[in-house]
Amino acid sequence: MSIEKVWVLAEAADGAPISTVLELVTKAASMAATVEAITWGAGGQSGAAVLGDYGAKVVYEVGDIGDALPGAPVSAALAALIESGNRPDVLLVPATYDGRDIAGRLSARLDLPVITNVVDLEVSGDEVRSKHGIFGGAQIATARFTGERPWIFVVRAKSFAAQSSGGAPAEVQAVQVPALGATNAARVLSRHAEERTGPKLDEADVVVSGGRGLGSAEGYAMVEELAKLLNGAPGASRAIVDAGWVPYSHQVGQTGKTVKPTVYIACGISGATQHLVGMKGSKNIIAINKDQDAPIFSVADLGVVGDVHKVLPKLIEALKARS
Amino acid sequence: MDMNVVVCVKQIPDPTAPQALDPATGTLVRDGKLILDDSDAYGVEMGLQLAEQSGGGEVTLVSMAPNAETSGLRTALAMGAAKAILVSDPLLAGSDALSTAKVLAKAIARANPDLVIAATESTDGYTGTTPVQVAELLGMPSVTFAKKVTVQGPAVHVERQTEAGFDEVECPLPAVVTVTAGVVEPRYPSFKGIMAAKSKPVDQLSIADLGLTAGEVGAGGARQQVVDVSAADERKAGEVVVDEGDAHERVVAFLEQLKIV
Ligand SMILES: Cc1cc2nc3c(=O)[nH]c(=O)nc-3n(C[C@H](O)[C@H](O)[C@H](O)COP(=O)(O)OP(=O)(O)OC[C@H]3O[C@@H](n4cnc5c(N)ncnc54)[C@H](O)[C@@H]3O)c2cc1C
Ligand SMILES: Nc1ncnc2c1ncn2[C@@H]1O[C@H](COP(=O)(O)O)[C@@H](O)[C@H]1O
Repeated sequence: MSIEKVWVLAEAADGAPISTVLELVTKAASMAATVEAITWGAGGQSGAAVLGDYGAKVVYEVGDIGDALPGAPVSAALAALIESGNRPDVLLVPATYDGRDIAGRLSARLDLPVITNVVDLEVSGDEVRSKHGIFGGAQIATARFTGERPWIFVVRAKSFAAQSSGGAPAEVQAVQVPALGATNAARVLSRHAEERTGPKLDEADVVVSGGRGLGSAEGYAMVEELAKLLNGAPGASRAIVDAGWVPYSHQVGQTGKTVKPTVYIACGISGATQHLVGMKGSKNIIAINKDQDAPIFSVADLGVVGDVHKVLPKLIEALKARS
Repeated sequence: MDMNVVVCVKQIPDPTAPQALDPATGTLVRDGKLILDDSDAYGVEMGLQLAEQSGGGEVTLVSMAPNAETSGLRTALAMGAAKAILVSDPLLAGSDALSTAKVLAKAIARANPDLVIAATESTDGYTGTTPVQVAELLGMPSVTFAKKVTVQGPAVHVERQTEAGFDEVECPLPAVVTVTAGVVEPRYPSFKGIMAAKSKPVDQLSIADLGLTAGEVGAGGARQQVVDVSAADERKAGEVVVDEGDAHERVVAFLEQLKIV
């Protein structure tokens, strides 16, 4: 039984599919003849044109879920669709907060397993082989499902390149959320957005990240200033996120974001495998660390053995002098 | 109101020690001593604080682990949890996340909790799906990625991390909540706590005790397979310069070459 139909869970933000979804739709189009997407909330009608452009033929629109968290209602709508006989061979889910919730609940509802942390997929005959980082990304495991379909894969951002194929807008079909009792009782009371100036961390061409070597929350100001001068985004290691110096949204790594900028500048970061897995796909890496044996140097194209408190101020001055 | 909290705690091989997969089964080797997953220490602390604030509640730990391992549980009992349910069965080897969730859900149901706490993801497996699978199996609502948790009357209030910042979420109890690192600062077990933990009850169950069969869980129930494990692609190290007061110039030149400046 070959791979005929692939679904993509098309999470949206600000009314448009998120970039990981476009990566997954592009990949899906290379895996199977039929690609379909599932949307909810404000992402539906407006998303149909973009999703079609990248290769989706049909969009199943769950519609407005009000203030509910998406996990329960979207997974229930999907399960109902699948149980009605509309079965994809594969379901690709972006590794986001809501994506993981939906995949987990769907898996329990359908009694089908799910494979997470996927960074690559390959169709070989009737099988799909997935690759995922284990031990913090130091090793890559190749896995496959052996049971019934759909095979649910939760895929990390930036695993594939998104490419529009000029397809026509996808046809929108409404699907219903079945009556749900207690499982759907969580309500969002209010939403809070952190202020951000400059590009988004996972889309920026330059990322300047700071770690514990900065010494204090104040030291992070140098990272922010350098990022701004290079029109980049500031990032962070988990150590300083856990220490409360910067918000979680800055975190790069296994439990944070995956970034692949043209240049990644690591300042006072040791280079633990869990950090490396989120940034070693960068095209160029510069590392500044006072310990010449720091593991970060093993992935750096340019390593500077030095004190961030000496190198960064001079670098900032030099760049300011040029602009 | 007394609040009974179940905290899921995973016992894992020490992540700072070298780890390996069993070449025959492709699953993590777990035969050495296991410790409390650091990620779950936050859940234990959160559970203890919420139970204390409720006046008279207590924390029950639920764990699934091979070889009747309890050392990680003892750490959490020493922090202040009242008791533990441990599911240990040779038939559980090779369980995937869904099988694990089936086992945990059955064990949790026995404790009849008002609130179930787990971590957003475990350190060794990090699938991050087990807790929502548990919630679905128990028919409970769930709120994942909590960075702040309070209980107000019959509902839990959560600041849930989002891409943009955070959402304030309200959810009626009973519910499953997953907590991030930093939600609270885990306490260190006191000497008294460590002594007391030795005599706290640990209820050990097999899968038969839970009414499950080998076909449903463990390797018998797993429908996914690791076919290969290999080292990740290595990036090559490039030039390394030692700062003599002028390394910033080298960085500027590098950025110029890339046309960033
Ligand atoms: C399950 C799990 C998930 C994880 N997920 C992530 C993740 O997503 N992202 C992540 O980053 N980490 C993650 N970690 C944590 C990771 O293992 C490391 O603990 C963390 O990355 C270390 O952060 P750091 O490099 O800032 O701090 P440290 O490891 O303490 O390194 C600080 C570095 O700064 C250098 N330094 C000190 N002073 C100076 C100075 N004046 N000038 C220059 N250099 C200096 C030191 O030589 C050292 O190399 C995870 C861990 C686990 C167990
Ligand atoms: N074997 C287990 N025993 C107890 N709790 C577990 C177990 N596996 C997973 N959990 C809980 O679920 C969380 C997420 O695990 P995972 O899905 O492996 O990332 C863990 O941090 C634990 O809180």
